[in-house]
Amino acid sequence: MLIKRPDPIPSSAITDEAIYRERRRFLGQFALGGGALLLPGLLAAQARAEARPPKLEGVVPGPFGSEESLTSYQDITSYNNFYEFGTDKGDPKKHAQLLRTRPWSVMVEGEVARPGPIDIEDILKLHPLEERIYRMRCVEAWSMVIPWVGFPLAALLKHAEPNSRARYVEFTTLHDPEQMPGQRDRRILPWPYVEGLRIDEAMHPLCILAVGLYGHELPNQNGAPLRLVVPWKYGFKSIKSIVRIRLLEAAPTTTWQQLSPREYGFYANVNPEVDHPRWSQRRERRIGELRRRDTLPFNGYAEEVAHLYQGMDPKTLF
Amino acid sequence: MRWLKPSVFLLCSLPLLWLVWSGLHGGLGANPIEAAMHELGHWALRLLLLGLALNILSRHSGWRRPMQLRRMLGLFAFAYALLHLLVYITLDQFFDLPAILEDLRFRPYILIGLSAWLILLAMAITSTRHWQRRLGRRWARLHRLVYVAVPLAITHNFMVAKTISPEAMVYTALFIPLLILRLLPRRA
Repeated sequence: MLIKRPDPIPSSAITDEAIYRERRRFLGQFALGGGALLLPGLLAAQARAEARPPKLEGVVPGPFGSEESLTSYQDITSYNNFYEFGTDKGDPKKHAQLLRTRPWSVMVEGEVARPGPIDIEDILKLHPLEERIYRMRCVEAWSMVIPWVGFPLAALLKHAEPNSRARYVEFTTLHDPEQMPGQRDRRILPWPYVEGLRIDEAMHPLCILAVGLYGHELPNQNGAPLRLVVPWKYGFKSIKSIVRIRLLEAAPTTTWQQLSPREYGFYANVNPEVDHPRWSQRRERRIGELRRRDTLPFNGYAEEVAHLYQGMDPKTLF
Repeated sequence: MRWLKPSVFLLCSLPLLWLVWSGLHGGLGANPIEAAMHELGHWALRLLLLGLALNILSRHSGWRRPMQLRRMLGLFAFAYALLHLLVYITLDQFFDLPAILEDLRFRPYILIGLSAWLILLAMAITSTRHWQRRLGRRWARLHRLVYVAVPLAITHNFMVAKTISPEAMVYTALFIPLLILRLLPRRA
């Protein structure tokens, strides 16, 4: 298995991206000799950088790096599918401030030796926080490259000690229409949002629980305080703002399967050969790029995960 | 009312000007091509519905003035639909003919959208006085097809959304009463 080592410097240690992006303007204004123009521009860049959630301490580089250029913080945090806050891509950023992410705990239950709630502060101590730069491919045929901060889901599962009957993991998003106004409309989705993985998928080292991006805590619109990231599956599998993790003997029914079983399967592995019934999955638009690029099997993680599905009909893996 | 047509012309151009301005200033978000394509489609539908509403108003009130605007509104709706289609072919698919043909063959919402567009095209071509005279009674019959084009366009909108499309629901809620009013007998 090829494990690419990422840059030894985590992006969180590099100049803040918002300020970095101002460099051209900075230089331009400097060249113009517009000293008076310079100050407001810098202050604005500073203000935008400060608007981010707190920085996460002690983040170390993790495995599975990518040399691809990162999608901007601005794009990652303003173009979201998080229907709990509305169906428009801009809605989550507008409405997610209603979500209270502290106090927060995750109920771990089902086929485990140690069931019970775990507080988010204790979850953060389970494993060192790592930076994981992953491609994210949405089922709507667009993609991003995101520097997540998180830790292997396996660390949390092992902590709960799954028993031999635990064959699937079910995840549930917070259900509170007061904090999540999109949930007031039951025509959008049957709430709460539920996702699931097979236990070997959940234990795979690529599969993480993310708590941050770009070295900072997750903004609410990206699934704060704790979300799943499964980079070889379509984005909707990576469930946000998790409050419950249940280990089960039988496969859970996921929200999208419930809504449209013909269009969304349990596996939802990125697969350019199996089209969504309403659009092609062969290509994708990388956010920030003009032309579409080819979609890769398992979103480019085939070397790491294809063995999980050996002997299964790839046509059933949508 | 010499100012009526120029001001409606200006109003109908505003969404396009706003789109171009936003596009040039990063105001269309992370996926500007998709945003522009969707907005153009929505404006085509909104103008079609506005045109129908004015038509119905005129039909049942006997007030003739709104009728003077229907050609302009219809042509603007077609212009937005044309730009919507052009953005799809150029920026969205980047002239990838095999991909476009595949869309046409396998994605019903593309075919439905194109059918609506073809109706609008026929109406736009025959929108001149010359064609109106030439087609006579058939002209009215042809232009009544707008009551087919609008539900097709709304269906196209419903089908492209992953769950419900709130906009498409609003368009449906506006279209159904307009259709019913159109079927009612004209005011004496």
